[in-house]
Amino acid sequence: MTLEAAGFWVVAAVLLASSLAVVLTPNLFHAVLYLAAALVATGVVFLLLDSPFLFAVQLLLYAVGVMTIVVFAIMLTERLVGERITQTSRDLLNGAVVATGVFVGIAGFLIRASPSPPRPPLVADTTPALGRALVGPFAVTFELLALLLVVALLGALYFARTDE
Amino acid sequence: MSLTAYLTLAALVFAIGLFGVLTRRNAIGILLGIELMLNAVNINLVAFARFHGDLLGLVFTLFTIAITVAEVALGLAIVIVIFRVRRTVEADRLDLLRG
Repeated sequence: MTLEAAGFWVVAAVLLASSLAVVLTPNLFHAVLYLAAALVATGVVFLLLDSPFLFAVQLLLYAVGVMTIVVFAIMLTERLVGERITQTSRDLLNGAVVATGVFVGIAGFLIRASPSPPRPPLVADTTPALGRALVGPFAVTFELLALLLVVALLGALYFARTDE
Repeated sequence: MSLTAYLTLAALVFAIGLFGVLTRRNAIGILLGIELMLNAVNINLVAFARFHGDLLGLVFTLFTIAITVAEVALGLAIVIVIFRVRRTVEADRLDLLRG
């Protein structure tokens, strides 16, 4: 077994276990911590796919940024040290049936699809090419993204303001 | 590992996230499930980019990550406003618009 295959199985186990914990644990705060683990595991999957830059983005934006916002929101709405931190689930059976159905559908498509191409050898580090693409052919999209982030920030500020 | 292995892993994570969205009562819990589903899609994009030797998937993943972060920030702002008004974040009890 190659190093990549071993890493894949370990990361896949961690990712699936923490994902299941996110949707099953009754404690909302623990669910967020498990989500952080799942996001870091996803970052490691990016690393296995030779994308170190996306791994860094995943860590910085998701695992740190999103975690901070979500914990902040839980503290505001549930009073972190106190009651009401537990959450209940409903329609577990229906949810399981629908989720399994979706997975079976995707898996059926994967089985019928043509055999996957062999992994091409890595030509070069993708990060410089990624940077050139962002300021070259995708410059307008990149700027639109900046605009979207500003608008989202303003919208969040507008929502969260106090009435005075 | 083959492309199919990565796609299967992503499909499993997507199904788990969907399960969370369908079963959670808390609005923040539902948002966490949506996060899982978006992550699964990102795994797909990066895997396709790697196995086809195409940079486009990576560029697209960068964009989806940034958009997701904006979406989470806005979604949580909405949750906080809802909590201020209704004193609850239970999705079932947010039925203000029900006729």
